[in-house]
Amino acid sequence: MTGRRFDLRRVLVALLEPLDPILLVLLCLLLGYAFTLMASASPARMESQMINSAVAVVVMWVAARLPIQRVLAMALPVYLVGVLLLVAVAVFGETSKGAQRWLNIGVARIQPSEIMKIAVPLMLAWYFHHREGAVNARDFVAAGILLVIPVGLIVRQPDLGTALLVAAAGFFVLFFAGLSWKLIAPVAVAGIVGIGSIVGFGDRICQPEVDWVVLHGYQKNRVCTLLDPTSDPLGKGFHIIQSTIAIGSGGVAGKGWRDGTQTHLAFIPERHTDFIFAVLGEEFGFVGACLLVFLYIGMITRGFVIAMAAPTLSSRLLAGAVTMIFFTYAFVNMGMVSGILPVVGVPLPFISYGGTALVTLCLGLGILMSVQRARFAAQKT
Amino acid sequence: MSFDDPEQELQHFRSRLLVAGGFMLVCFALLVARFGWLQINRFDYYHTRAEDNRIALVPISPNRGLIVDRDGEVLARNYAAYTLEIAPTHFRQADALFDQLAAVVEITPRDRRRFRKILDESRNFDSVPIRIRLTDEEVARFVARRFEFEGVEVKARLFRDYPNGSLASHVIGYIGRINERDLERIDARDETANYRGTEHIGKVGLEQSYEDELHGVTGFEEVEVDAGGRAVRQLRRTPPTSGNNLVLTLDRGLQRVAENAFNGRRGALVAIEPATGGVLALVSSPTFNPNLFVDGISTQDWNALNTSPDHPLLNRALASANPPGSTFKPFMALAALTTGKRTPEQAISDPGYFDFGGHRFRDDKVGGHGVVDMYKSIAFSCNTYYYRLAADLGIEQIAGFMDGFGLGSRTGVDLEGESSGVLPSPEWKRTRFRRVEQQKWFAGETISVGIGQGYNAYTPIQLASAVATLAADGVRFRPHLVRYVEDVRTGARRVIEPEPLTRLPLAREHVDFIKHAMEGVNLEGTGRRAFKGAGYRVAGKTGTAQVFSLRGATYREKQIRERLRDHSLYVAFAPVEKPAIALAVLVENGGFGSQAAAPIARQVLDYYLLGIEPDEPALPDEEASDEFEPTPAAGDAQ
Repeated sequence: MTGRRFDLRRVLVALLEPLDPILLVLLCLLLGYAFTLMASASPARMESQMINSAVAVVVMWVAARLPIQRVLAMALPVYLVGVLLLVAVAVFGETSKGAQRWLNIGVARIQPSEIMKIAVPLMLAWYFHHREGAVNARDFVAAGILLVIPVGLIVRQPDLGTALLVAAAGFFVLFFAGLSWKLIAPVAVAGIVGIGSIVGFGDRICQPEVDWVVLHGYQKNRVCTLLDPTSDPLGKGFHIIQSTIAIGSGGVAGKGWRDGTQTHLAFIPERHTDFIFAVLGEEFGFVGACLLVFLYIGMITRGFVIAMAAPTLSSRLLAGAVTMIFFTYAFVNMGMVSGILPVVGVPLPFISYGGTALVTLCLGLGILMSVQRARFAAQKT
Repeated sequence: MSFDDPEQELQHFRSRLLVAGGFMLVCFALLVARFGWLQINRFDYYHTRAEDNRIALVPISPNRGLIVDRDGEVLARNYAAYTLEIAPTHFRQADALFDQLAAVVEITPRDRRRFRKILDESRNFDSVPIRIRLTDEEVARFVARRFEFEGVEVKARLFRDYPNGSLASHVIGYIGRINERDLERIDARDETANYRGTEHIGKVGLEQSYEDELHGVTGFEEVEVDAGGRAVRQLRRTPPTSGNNLVLTLDRGLQRVAENAFNGRRGALVAIEPATGGVLALVSSPTFNPNLFVDGISTQDWNALNTSPDHPLLNRALASANPPGSTFKPFMALAALTTGKRTPEQAISDPGYFDFGGHRFRDDKVGGHGVVDMYKSIAFSCNTYYYRLAADLGIEQIAGFMDGFGLGSRTGVDLEGESSGVLPSPEWKRTRFRRVEQQKWFAGETISVGIGQGYNAYTPIQLASAVATLAADGVRFRPHLVRYVEDVRTGARRVIEPEPLTRLPLAREHVDFIKHAMEGVNLEGTGRRAFKGAGYRVAGKTGTAQVFSLRGATYREKQIRERLRDHSLYVAFAPVEKPAIALAVLVENGGFGSQAAAPIARQVLDYYLLGIEPDEPALPDEEASDEFEPTPAAGDAQ
């Protein structure tokens, strides 16, 4: 019956060979959690999310197989194409929900800002790689400019959430490259003072006639709504109030899978995308939320371990920055849904519905795995 | 900053990683703390919030109790029908919706006006009807095109219906949509929760006075609702408890005969069962159709009722207090017997007048009645006899005696809007008038009180109650319209007013004598024409109440403008040997009691005691009696 012997074991080994087992297990656990939640929040989207996951895993596998030098070699062209596309968006882009984010390239609509989440750290890591051994203050200025260009273009779209993630990704490269504390500290202090003053004087600056110069009206609203959700319970504050109620009413053990009333009676907006954590909090409670946080801590810790052991400066920087992107995604999303950060359009990594973010995140995982493989390759030689 | 040594650089990178790792852990710890705060510390609060989100209480209004007569004939009932209603969220687009809807169902200008009116009066969270009582075809047509009309829906509702139209409308009253004033009253009674979901409330009549019994207890349905407010499923249901039925003492057939007897003329009739105080018929004429009020009366109809000179909305039986005229005399005579001021045999010689304090009080009969004893004084209604009797009794004794019969006080009948009337006495005069010179009681005033004129003013129901008390040998009940209240589910009955209020200390022979004299009224006296050939023994007394004082002049009815004519009164009970019915009849501007009021009483008694349906109304049309134009006053003064 069997003409050619099909050795399943050998195929599996070949398939799994480029993948880091710890990251793979953590990814499987997260995707399993995601499907469980999706089956409750939006069963109709299960199939489509499974396809998204499959595509993302293939992307991860491909990236993991690529030698890290090959990946880094693509940094400059990818970055330049990304910036050009952002310019194109600003000129020809399609407007959706008040923001110009999409570019129609005939066969599909793409969102170039998404590419930059990986392209920017990649570019910066490549840059520092070329300056290895002779990095000085001027390099940080140059890297800063490389960072500000795409971030500025994305802020203009306007898409604060993506801009924040791209800026964070770039900043982490600079940080790991040794950006002086003398520069970080004033910014951090300014940030704390800024946030502190917004919280402290929220009542006054949230008056409708006050114009916040640097931020758009809707961004101002999001911040003001966070400060006092009850000021507009049916409008802008509705999302935060309802997601907070959902999480709080979950209690320690949750209401049970598919038994979340806030979820199933449509009180949670965007319950399959940005606010899926509210579904988790409601149905699986404090225990479920902590479990997710532990999975993220595990994944980030694994990323740090890979970065720490990475053989080259560029791979180190890239691995560290990519890992911190996961953290930024997770923290900003959960902080927003639980009401301690303003509402910005950041999905919950590996959990929220949507292919683009999942592919980007898995690309990041693939890069981490590639870095890890490079380490073994270095040890072998 | 530069690192020449790769080892140093690696060290530096690792320290940065540690910083980043520490930052990450701090941030996640912050998140976990936040989750703990929300899910553990504040769990109860958020749990409640989520439940409040999820659960809505939908009131289920109870069925209103029925009103039936003593034989179970329905007087007020409910029926289900479809209405087209507009939700509060779409009130602003109402005009546009009306225009659109007009293509699908018929909408009259009257519907629009009613909508506006209800909208002005309504609580703003109820939907307001555009059209009521849709036909099945209209419902089908609307439902087919429902998607075009956001905010408009068809609802099945229970409507109140008064199947007998205007019959007994002053007794039954009507319900109407709850307005601001009703809301305040509901709130004051702490019934707000029970009226969630209720749109109508009793406004007048028994519908009003027995509102608590008729309304019932509102049920509640706990439903799970989604964020859009749509009910998803039912969680719990507390069924409503239907209102109690009212079983009246009223006899629908008798009521109909009595109302028809008036033929639209202004007046009132109250018939009471002497042994129980139950009201058998209560007429206030003219009447109105209570069905007009149920869903907001149109301005036209309202104006017609409200501006009519006949005041059809006034319940004359309860609110119209008039001098009783000669119907007062039997009670005066009984007072004389009870106090010992007269014996039946004592007689006077009547010259046709009585001089007192320099004033001459006249009798109706020029030249007088000759020798008059008590029997004759009642049967032939001799004024002179009572002028003298009043002088002998004195006002204090008269007032004290009449008070026992409930004259001059509200009877306490189970309807609102009762007047107390006036039982004249020196004390009453002191409280009634502010100026000292008006407060003094003059002895001359007692004389006209003696014949039921002067300050005397009693409502028809007071007179009927007093006559029923006389018929029952001094046992007085509170008049009542509801015999018992019936619980729809258990069938349990609660009897209203089963016990008498008072038993007057009257001597049997005195009462019997008065009854005998009153029977004489109808056999040979002032009521003989009206009661000729009656197939039962009936005691009665005619009365004529002066509306317009003709000092010293002979009263010539036909020459007086209709509205200035005297009111015609008649009181009666029958059968004399075992009274089953006592009544008082008032016909406004009807002239002598024997002319207008007595024939009505005859038809009512014939029907009640013998089952005789009258061929035609007791009174002619108003037009017929209106033909007398006032003539120049030349011949009036004598």
